[in-house]
Amino acid sequence: MTVAPPPAPPGPPGPKAPAVKRHHWIVRLTHWTTFVSLLGMIMSGLQIYSAYARFGERGGPYYYNAFQDRQFPAFSRLGGWLAGALNWHFAFMWPFITGGLLYLSYLAYSGEWRSLLFRPRDIRGAIEMQKYYLRLRKDHPPQGKHNPLQKLAYTFIVVLGALSVLTGFAIYKPTQLSWLTALFGGFQAARYWHFWAVWIFTGFLVVHVILVFVVDPPSLRAMITGWYRGRFPSHD
Amino acid sequence: MTDRRGFLRLAAGAGGASLLAACRPILLDVSRLNDWVGEKVLFSPRRLARQYDVSERTAHLPSYFISPTTPMLKDPAAWRLRVDGLVRRPQELSLDDLRAMPRTSYTVKHHCVEGWSAIATWHGVPVSAVAERCEMLPGARYVRFDSFDSGYSNGWDLASAMHPQTILAYGMNDNPLPVAHGAPLRLYSPTKLGYKMTKYLVSMTFTADRPGGYWEDQGYPWFGGV
Repeated sequence: MTVAPPPAPPGPPGPKAPAVKRHHWIVRLTHWTTFVSLLGMIMSGLQIYSAYARFGERGGPYYYNAFQDRQFPAFSRLGGWLAGALNWHFAFMWPFITGGLLYLSYLAYSGEWRSLLFRPRDIRGAIEMQKYYLRLRKDHPPQGKHNPLQKLAYTFIVVLGALSVLTGFAIYKPTQLSWLTALFGGFQAARYWHFWAVWIFTGFLVVHVILVFVVDPPSLRAMITGWYRGRFPSHD
Repeated sequence: MTDRRGFLRLAAGAGGASLLAACRPILLDVSRLNDWVGEKVLFSPRRLARQYDVSERTAHLPSYFISPTTPMLKDPAAWRLRVDGLVRRPQELSLDDLRAMPRTSYTVKHHCVEGWSAIATWHGVPVSAVAERCEMLPGARYVRFDSFDSGYSNGWDLASAMHPQTILAYGMNDNPLPVAHGAPLRLYSPTKLGYKMTKYLVSMTFTADRPGGYWEDQGYPWFGGV
C-alpha cells in the first residue's frame, strides 16, 4: 500500500504529531459491542457454571478442571440465578455474533483483512519480532500496519471467537445440531472447550489492555474517536 | 469522606441493581425471540435424537421434584391419565390402557438445563398416538401437561409434542418407572431440556393458547429445546 497524505485532524491542530485516521467507525463500533457483549457473556457464563460446576457425563469420569465444584465470586457473575444468567447469555449472543459478522464483513469488503490475517509467510517475521521484544535483536523489524505478532494475536482472537460461538451452539442445541456437538467430542466436551475459551479470552483481554496502556496509550483514544496521535503512526 | 464514599457505593449499587431490574422485560422479550428461533428455525419435527447402546447408560440419573417429599399416589390402582381440551373424544386412560398402545423404547442422552447429562433407556407410548386416539381437533396448537407434584406443569408446542420421540414413559431402564423419576407416568423427549418433561402426570390438555409452566413462568426459556 502507498502512503496517503494524512487527513486533517478534526479539531484544532495539536502541537505534536499530526493525527492520522486509524479506525473506521465499523471497527470501533464492533470493537466496543464485542467488548461489552463478551464481558456479559463471560459473567453470565460464570453464573451458569455455578449450576453444575464439573464436566463429564453424570457419574464420571470428569475432565480435569481446577474449578471443579467451585463458585466464582459474586462480582464476576451476572444474572443472579440460572434462569436470569441464561437469559443474559442468550441475549448477548445476538450483539456478539452480529458484531463479529459485521467486523469480518468490513474486513473482507475493505480489504483490510490483508493487514490483519496471519499467514505462513508471517512466521519468519513473527520470530524476528519476538527476538526484538526479547532484546535479542536491536532494531525494530520493518512492518506494515500491524507487525506479525499483532497479526497472529488478532487472527487468533477471531478464531477463538468463532470457536466459542460454535461450541456454544453445540451446547445450546446438542440434538438439533448433533453433528456440531459430535465435532467437538460430544455435549460435555463441548461444554469443556466453551469453558476453556473463557480463560483464553480473559488472558487475551488482560494482555491486550496492559499493552495498550504500557506501550501505546493513544491507541485507546484511536479506538474511540478513530484518530491516532501517538508514537506509532501508520507504517504502511 | 467515608460517609460520602459509602453513599456513592450504595448509590452505584442501587443504580446497578435497578438498571439490571429494568433489563428484565427486555431479557424476557429476547428469550421469546430465542424460543421462536429454537422452535421455527432449529427444531425439526422429523430429525431424531441419536440413540445409544444400553451398555452406554450412565449410572447416576438424579431425581428432581418440587414437592418437599417424593410425590406418591395414595391409591396407584385408581390413577388415570385424563386427556381433554380440544379433542373429539376425551379419555381416562389407565396404565394398562397405555401399555396396550404402540410402544416406543429408546436409549438417549438426557440434557439438564444445569449442564449435566446422562444416558438412560425409556419405554412408553408416543404422545402422537394418544392424540390420534382422542381425535385431536384442528384448533389445537399446544399441549398442557399437569402433575400431582405440587402443581408442577409444562406447556408444549404441538410440533414438539407430536415428535416421534416424544413419549409418555411408564418404564425406565427395562423396569417400571421408579417413583423417584415420575411414576406412574412422565413425559419424555430427547429433544427437550429435563424441566420440560413433566413427571407424575395426571392430565394432558390440548389448547389453542400457549400454556405457561412451573419454571417457564419464573423466567426459564419456554421452548427449552436441545
